[in-house]
Amino acid sequence: QTGSFSKEQRQPLPKSICVYIFYHAHALNFWMCIVTKTSVFFTCCMPTLLREQHYQYLKKGLRHLSDSYECLDASRPWLCYWILHSLELLEEPIPAAVASDVCQFLARCQSPTGGFAGGPGQHAHLAPTYAAVNALCIIGTEEAYNVIDREKLLDFLWSVKQPDGSFVMHVGGEVDVRSAYCAASVASLTNILTPKLFEDTPSWILRCQNWEGGLGGVPGLEAHGGYTFCGTAALVILGKEHMLDLKALLRWVVSRQMRFEGGFQGRCNKLVDGCYSFWQAGLLPLLHRAFFKEGESQLSRQRWMFEQQALQEYILLCCQNPAGGLLDKPGKSRDFYHTCYCLSGLSIAQHFGNVDLHHELILGKEENRLAPTHPVYNICPEKVAQALQHFHQLPVPEADQRHGASSADGPSAPAASSGSAEHQS
Amino acid sequence: MSGLEETSNESSELKEDNDFDVEVEGHVEVDYASDPFRLYMFYRDRKEWADLEPVPQDDGPNPVVKIAYSEKFSDVYDYFRALLKKDERSDRAFALTAEAIELNAANYTVWHYRRVLLQALQKDLREEMRYITDIIEEQPKNYQVWHHRRMVVEWLNDPSEELEFIADILSQDAKNYHAWQHRQWVIQEYKLWDNELEFVEKLLEEDVRNNSVWNQRHFVISHTTGYSSPAILDREVQYCLNQIRKAPHNESAWNYLKGILQDRGMSSHPGLLEQVLELKETHCSPYLLAFLVDCYEDALENNNQKETLNRALEVCEYLAQEKDTIRKEYWLFLQRSLESRFGPSAASGEPLADGTEPPAGQQELS
Repeated sequence: QTGSFSKEQRQPLPKSICVYIFYHAHALNFWMCIVTKTSVFFTCCMPTLLREQHYQYLKKGLRHLSDSYECLDASRPWLCYWILHSLELLEEPIPAAVASDVCQFLARCQSPTGGFAGGPGQHAHLAPTYAAVNALCIIGTEEAYNVIDREKLLDFLWSVKQPDGSFVMHVGGEVDVRSAYCAASVASLTNILTPKLFEDTPSWILRCQNWEGGLGGVPGLEAHGGYTFCGTAALVILGKEHMLDLKALLRWVVSRQMRFEGGFQGRCNKLVDGCYSFWQAGLLPLLHRAFFKEGESQLSRQRWMFEQQALQEYILLCCQNPAGGLLDKPGKSRDFYHTCYCLSGLSIAQHFGNVDLHHELILGKEENRLAPTHPVYNICPEKVAQALQHFHQLPVPEADQRHGASSADGPSAPAASSGSAEHQS
Repeated sequence: MSGLEETSNESSELKEDNDFDVEVEGHVEVDYASDPFRLYMFYRDRKEWADLEPVPQDDGPNPVVKIAYSEKFSDVYDYFRALLKKDERSDRAFALTAEAIELNAANYTVWHYRRVLLQALQKDLREEMRYITDIIEEQPKNYQVWHHRRMVVEWLNDPSEELEFIADILSQDAKNYHAWQHRQWVIQEYKLWDNELEFVEKLLEEDVRNNSVWNQRHFVISHTTGYSSPAILDREVQYCLNQIRKAPHNESAWNYLKGILQDRGMSSHPGLLEQVLELKETHCSPYLLAFLVDCYEDALENNNQKETLNRALEVCEYLAQEKDTIRKEYWLFLQRSLESRFGPSAASGEPLADGTEPPAGQQELS
């Protein structure tokens, strides 16, 4: 759906959705009618997460995908990550054999020059690199961690670093703020992060914050949920989130929650989409922490600054395919990307706080509860901690002399101070 | 925007499967519908390719996320892999990249190789422009196609077709993020600012709620005249207010108004607060009320008055409880924050709302 909600909000939504009406007040006496292309069904607002159906969909997809997935043939590590993360949110165990097969597949996606590609034999690219590292951290076995060639990964990151602080997505590729997030995420998790690698990156990311308060893909562009998440999370990893205009960003992101649908839009005056349940709502935990670090005394101790119940309602009532999988909005097809990010958003909406202070708000039955997810990396917090613990026992690799971090600059920064201080879990 | 997943959310060309089709396991039958007379010949059967040994994909013995490629897809990519392995720089390789792209336009490895061939074979870049124009028209929400176009424009050092081309793409989808990105690049790189404000005005007439266009407005003005001169600022403020009168619930216009004033002091613009309070009677909206809060907050920063604070707190309460309840948590936070920063307890050391003592000194939101 690309049409803007161009008419006054009381008019019906276009295309395959005839009418949907939302009330958020009293859950018990709320009925909702959803009219899709082919069927009408009524549902009581005691919404149920269709765990078993999602599980079967995910379990199958991890092995086999139909030819309609040819368009994602250059994103297969993404498919691994979306599916594995969805399974971990559902607290479904990954059989050891499957986990090992994923490790071996991702090893084949690793480029001889470092980083991971969209498939075996393809060139390395920051997006599948991010996905592969996340997938391997979800698996979390020694085998998984050992797949990653850290030295080569660092070479790859240097090979895509630009003089102005930005990163291209792949050699000869495009620049946008996703790349900074992908680079910061993998570098911090695998302990190859050095200050020189991200020199000028925070100031470049800051240029992406615009008059709206959110961030665009590159400086000058419209504020957008995906890019705002990437830029903000990258700055959090680099310990520089305070450089943003946090107030303006907060105002922008809370304004992206739709008053009728309960879900989030990606940009002002556009339509709701289930995936923004994570990209947008996921910003609130990041901002909460940022404000807290700044000494903000008025933060709630129970809730994020978005309407958690309304988001859960949107996801559970509008974004589930009865046969399994989740989706953008009613009338759209399911896919693994939306399954991952709808579930991730549902988790964010259910869980407030961190290890020390945890407050749950589960809409519907207790069985709807998902595992918590880490708002920076979007894998479970235990997996983040475990990966950090594993990789911080290893020394930060020496960068290739041909790149910026030459030994002529003096002794390289000690591994402990460069990496660990920047990214509390 | 498709964020990280370039083919899903907004374009939704991707269908994992139709809910009412029977799911087909593994390999899919040859699609007779698209080639009813079997005119297409696989590369493996073409004499001119007999010298090249196809390279099957190395998924390993126990594949995961295994895609049931069509026969055509496998055949083309088996040969692509063979060419890549040899680093063959030939016309037949160039032709095959187009087939590989058609099968998966998101394969950035194929695009990269095509660019290598374009240079190695000294291909006609004008023809490549025609090619990429067609591909983008077919698949306007793909990262690679736009990046490729940018490379060709750079090589030709000729942006002369760009503004018209992008305008055409925008006429089909006025919010295509890639299109706007490419447009901003062209304009900035080749200094084509002259007619862009006119373009913006035209698009805003077509859809005043198009936030991408408001962003473009800000882009053009901030890179040309800037907002410093009172004449420009006033013109823009008036423009906003006019659009708001016509469409009071257009969040973009309110956001733009705030966006251009926030660094200059919202309450400093003469008569604006009064105009907004007037509008409140007939053109009220949650956005107007939020703007009021911002005006009051700005006023408080310059001159902390109890009456101003009370008004601000009142509007926050009104928004939280009645007019913008979806943002209740936020408005209540802002209310507490304003109280903490500007209220009597901020100076006197009285306990805060949650019963704790305020830390020494004022708490500032960053």
